[in-house]
Amino acid sequence: MGFEFTMDSFNKVLEDISKNFIFYAPRRIPGKGAFSDTDVVVYQEVEGFGQIELDEKSRFSPKEVINPITQTLFYFNENGYTEPETNNKGIIIFCRPCDANSFKRLDEIFLNNGPFKDSYYESLRRKVKIFVIECVQGFENCFCVSMGTNRFDDYDAFIRVAEDRITCDVKDNLLPAFVKHGISAEMRPDFISENAVKVAIPDQVNKTIFTHEMWREYSERCIACGRCTVVCPTCTCFTMQDIFYEDNHKCGERRRVWASCMIDGFTEVAGGHDFRPDKGMRMRFKAMHKIYDFRKRFGYNMCVGCGRCDDVCPEYISFSNCINKVSALSREVNG
Amino acid sequence: MDINTKQLRKNAFRVTKNRGMTALRIRVPGGNLEVKYFDVIKKVAENFGNGRVHITTRQGFEVPGIPMEKIPEVNRMIAPILDGIETAVGVEIPDLNSGYPAAGTRNVSACIGNSVCPFANLNSGEVALKIEKLIYPNDYHVKIAVTGCPNDCIKAHMQDIGIIGMALPVYDSYRCIGCGACVKNCRRVATGALSISNYKVKRDHRRCIGCGECILKCPTSAWTREDKYYRLVIMGRTGKKNPRIAQTFLEWVAEEAVMKVIANMYQYIDNHIDRSLPKEHVGYIVDRTGYPVFRQEVLLGVDLGQLGRVAESINFGGYFYERTNIFG
Repeated sequence: MGFEFTMDSFNKVLEDISKNFIFYAPRRIPGKGAFSDTDVVVYQEVEGFGQIELDEKSRFSPKEVINPITQTLFYFNENGYTEPETNNKGIIIFCRPCDANSFKRLDEIFLNNGPFKDSYYESLRRKVKIFVIECVQGFENCFCVSMGTNRFDDYDAFIRVAEDRITCDVKDNLLPAFVKHGISAEMRPDFISENAVKVAIPDQVNKTIFTHEMWREYSERCIACGRCTVVCPTCTCFTMQDIFYEDNHKCGERRRVWASCMIDGFTEVAGGHDFRPDKGMRMRFKAMHKIYDFRKRFGYNMCVGCGRCDDVCPEYISFSNCINKVSALSREVNG
Repeated sequence: MDINTKQLRKNAFRVTKNRGMTALRIRVPGGNLEVKYFDVIKKVAENFGNGRVHITTRQGFEVPGIPMEKIPEVNRMIAPILDGIETAVGVEIPDLNSGYPAAGTRNVSACIGNSVCPFANLNSGEVALKIEKLIYPNDYHVKIAVTGCPNDCIKAHMQDIGIIGMALPVYDSYRCIGCGACVKNCRRVATGALSISNYKVKRDHRRCIGCGECILKCPTSAWTREDKYYRLVIMGRTGKKNPRIAQTFLEWVAEEAVMKVIANMYQYIDNHIDRSLPKEHVGYIVDRTGYPVFRQEVLLGVDLGQLGRVAESINFGGYFYERTNIFG
């Protein structure tokens, strides 16, 4: 159902549903950019629509809302263990269509990628409702159209912001709050149909690509900082850490913390062997996972084309350009 | 020719080796200049000088080859520079058509700062302009420079007052993925103030110099910046008597403290300068009074804030050209 709001009346909707939900949205944090006198846009709790940053792509993706960077799985002592209590409130994530599509990828990895569902992920994930914010222009480095992630129909609400008016299409049992504060209006979601950056995804990937010398360029250029993976909405790798409290080694906690296939140590095993010591090999692994390996298993590409990896690379390495190189090579090899 | 050389020098001209010829020094506080002023400088050099400029080590321009009798005309020509650079930042110039009112306190130089440089913890040029407003015009011989980080590209360590931008790194352990980039980098390029404990990072504040490298290296924004802070290094100098690098006087203080200390330093100079000399450089005054007197007078009414620290004593070191103890 479609509704129209002023900023004030839309905030009243949020106020009403805030009894049962926490809102997460891209938020500009002044002065917290890495360089001095710069801001960072990051997913954080918001109270009103005015706190949402609409003019700049967030540096970090919304994945951290349901896949926390550091997550305590349980606390232990000599007698046993306890899991941390979780908040009962629902979660509403305001995000763009690409990010909305990323949750499906996270679900595959945490819920459908083996005999067990990840209960920590599931307990957060099932509370999530997605409010899609319409993209009109997109941002620099976006290539969602190439990935088919420009569209997202499974939203709980679709939000268009134009000239201080907010129009929404709402599908959900949240309707009463929208009915109460809004005016009925015609609303058909629109999605971006073209990005400046276009990426060709190879249908067939010949095995020779994996050993091709194209990756050597990245051995030279990449500095293994891992920024591309921590900002990626679909990267899910984590490591486990058992912490023994410093002043009482008999108690502690088990945490899981994000890990990155681009950072030193990721493929090191007992005995000291490192499967991918070379940065070009890491780039190949990451790139092929995003556009090939994941697809072999789940039937569609992992990458959602948000372009954040390109936004943040301090060495100006472009993932989209890398994929285009892979495609050109594939066409060459496959004839 | 009857020229009052003291007035000439005060007017930012100098007595050169060529009798009757002078050179004009143009101030560029912060070393940041709108290019439209190049036209004025060009006109002065072409119409009154020898068609060349010297780019000074303090980021000013020196226009040589000017006949001394042309000084009034030159001064009228540079009025737009005085107006656009000096009065624009609040400096009081008594008569825009009479040239610079003082030359003792030298141009306040600055590194390029955070408008360009990723390492800079502050907008060095803006800070330089604030200082310019505070201390110019002034006859006391003082050199001040502002640099955005402890790399000290402007050589703040060669000044009477060197201002070094600091960032207080704030750590959000939740956002840290233990990649170790900050720890390795701090050890490699800075002071080794970071260590890993229980997969998270600890910062030793006594070793931290607030360079901000950890913030720049962090992929997840676990390290971010809190308010801007400053380190003050003092009494660095070149010269024939006792060249030496500046030593840290204050650290982790706010901008207001820096400004107050600078203002107080001019009062300190006024209290102690040897008026029998044609001029006395502030560093040599500190040599005479001793550091404790300097410290006490410049810290009058200064709020050091919660983190601010003052050097209890300073060994300025440097070296002397007296060689008898080496060569006998």
